[in-house]
Amino acid sequence: MARISFHDLAHAYGPAPSSPEHWALKPMTMTLEDGGAYALLGPSGCGKTTLLNLTSGLLTPTKGRIEFDRVDVTHKTPEERNIAQVFQFPVIYDTMTVYDNLAFPLRNRGVDEATVATRVKGIAGMLDLSSTLQKRASGLTADGKQKISLGRGLVRSDVNVIMFDEPLTVIDPHLKWELRSKLKELHQRIRRTMIYVTHDQTEALTFADKVVVMNDGQVVQIGTPVELFERPRHTFVGHFIGSPGMNLINCDVRDGKAVIGGGEVATENAAKYKGGARTLQLGIRPEFVKFSSEGLPVEVTKVADAGRFNIVSVQAGNQPLKLLVPQGAAIPSGSAKVAFDPARARIYADGWLVGDDARGAAQ
Amino acid sequence: MKKTFDNKAWFLVLPVFLMVLFNSLIPLMTVVNYSVQETFGNNEFFWSGTRWFEQVLHDRQFHESLMRQIIFTGLVLLIQIPLGLAIALCMPRKGPWVSVCLVLIALPLLVPWNVVGSMWNIMALPDIGLLGKAINGLGISFNYTRQPLAAWFTVVLMDVWHWTSLVVLLCYAGLVSIPDAYYQAAQVDGASRWSVFRYIQLPKLKHVLTIAILLRFMDSFMIYTEVIVLTGGGPGSTTKFLSIDLVQKALGGFDLGPAAAFSIVYFLIILFLSWLFYTLMMRGEAK
Repeated sequence: MARISFHDLAHAYGPAPSSPEHWALKPMTMTLEDGGAYALLGPSGCGKTTLLNLTSGLLTPTKGRIEFDRVDVTHKTPEERNIAQVFQFPVIYDTMTVYDNLAFPLRNRGVDEATVATRVKGIAGMLDLSSTLQKRASGLTADGKQKISLGRGLVRSDVNVIMFDEPLTVIDPHLKWELRSKLKELHQRIRRTMIYVTHDQTEALTFADKVVVMNDGQVVQIGTPVELFERPRHTFVGHFIGSPGMNLINCDVRDGKAVIGGGEVATENAAKYKGGARTLQLGIRPEFVKFSSEGLPVEVTKVADAGRFNIVSVQAGNQPLKLLVPQGAAIPSGSAKVAFDPARARIYADGWLVGDDARGAAQ
Repeated sequence: MKKTFDNKAWFLVLPVFLMVLFNSLIPLMTVVNYSVQETFGNNEFFWSGTRWFEQVLHDRQFHESLMRQIIFTGLVLLIQIPLGLAIALCMPRKGPWVSVCLVLIALPLLVPWNVVGSMWNIMALPDIGLLGKAINGLGISFNYTRQPLAAWFTVVLMDVWHWTSLVVLLCYAGLVSIPDAYYQAAQVDGASRWSVFRYIQLPKLKHVLTIAILLRFMDSFMIYTEVIVLTGGGPGSTTKFLSIDLVQKALGGFDLGPAAAFSIVYFLIILFLSWLFYTLMMRGEAK
């Protein structure tokens, strides 16, 4: 069990780059609490696997430090760090039986056979592998093989952290749900730090207590799923999380008031804007935009049925905007007016939330 | 969708059939023809049944060259396969040295076979050859034209020099195709270097090694050029392998019947042993 902290950690494949955009992982400081379930969420190539491999010791960082419970492990091997990691594609030892595969990490560490048997049987039971324990691992389906990989990650009881690198990519959708809830259940039982890398927001939000959103080699926000939804610290988070993502409208701020197309709009944080930004945007989730008699004039362009809601697309001047309207509520056609929930409308300067002091923590 | 059948497509395969016909079936049938008949020239043939086969199979010389051949091939496989694998494991996987290593390793394969024979012939000469002189300089009497053991040593060393590269290249290709995740998983699982070799590399190299063993078996079982240039089968007939024996019978003695029977027996031995190797190594794959 360990509390993991990163201090000014950065990585580049190849020599240390001179310009900041060439870091695969830009300098960051962050702490993952002991026993937490974390998800690293972000698009492909955002540096989440790099961060994971740095944590596990498969990569040595170009600069910065990693600590497990305040002990510097930056230059330790994966074995010395005592971690478990499950990879995106199944890794199995072909010539061994399923049982031997699951027992391998334990036997390598000299665990006695009686303990091995209990641990392996326990894990096999949890992953529905009991009936295949004596079969050759190479004969299993992709699902089965990935379950073995998961099992090898979970079989040791003393690991500091268990890491999953998009482990459900090769698994059938119906099994995905099942395995994900199994992992969640297991986390609740053993309370070990788990880090789950994914580019799928549903996976991240259902698995994790805290989600670390990454983009372009940096951490843009760490928060609970609710925080990410209600108070995105960066336009990327607003856009990446939620379906449809947050609306972003170019605006101006004059005398502490947001101005769109000549009309003032009430927001939560416009008063905190101190000037100097290259771009200013107002962010509001489609859930918090309503048709009203007063407000921003728009043209309704499209209505899409999404089950319990209709997604209504409108144009405000030349800027697109989306609204979520409950099924059955009236939708005007042609010209209309929309109002924003003032507590949920926020100003973003150069992508970052205005007046957000905690921003430094993620950088 | 309606399927269309057009048997004219078979014509497209015809060139292949013709090629196989001319370069293997027809020559093979000629040999079969000679092996069951006796000829005194003038295109006169007399049926002799299995007489030549019986003669070859009871021939002491044939038994001896077959024995030598089996020992030679066994030695070659025992040395080249582990050595090739070991060299492949030591080679760098990335970086500027990869191409340098590959070129150096591939070099012996580019040398014509009779040149290989001449090279080693000169190199192993006890009075002027680098190798022969060096061994004698160490105080060991070495003369491959007179000592059977020295001749065997030179022949096997030559073959190892010439062909281990092939095993190295095949194994290296197999090694670089193993995804990084396997090594990473093994590292996380705490596997030792030996475990990585035993449970990851060796199983993943199984097919490549099967091919390497088959190729090396067939080639070494048919070795002719290098040995004829190096020792000519001598001293005496201590390095007379099957192919040398066959050529002496067919061209030297002009015993076309026995030579043809010899050829067929030779071919069948290689076919059988290749099949045996393949079946043994692929056992358990279908499960």
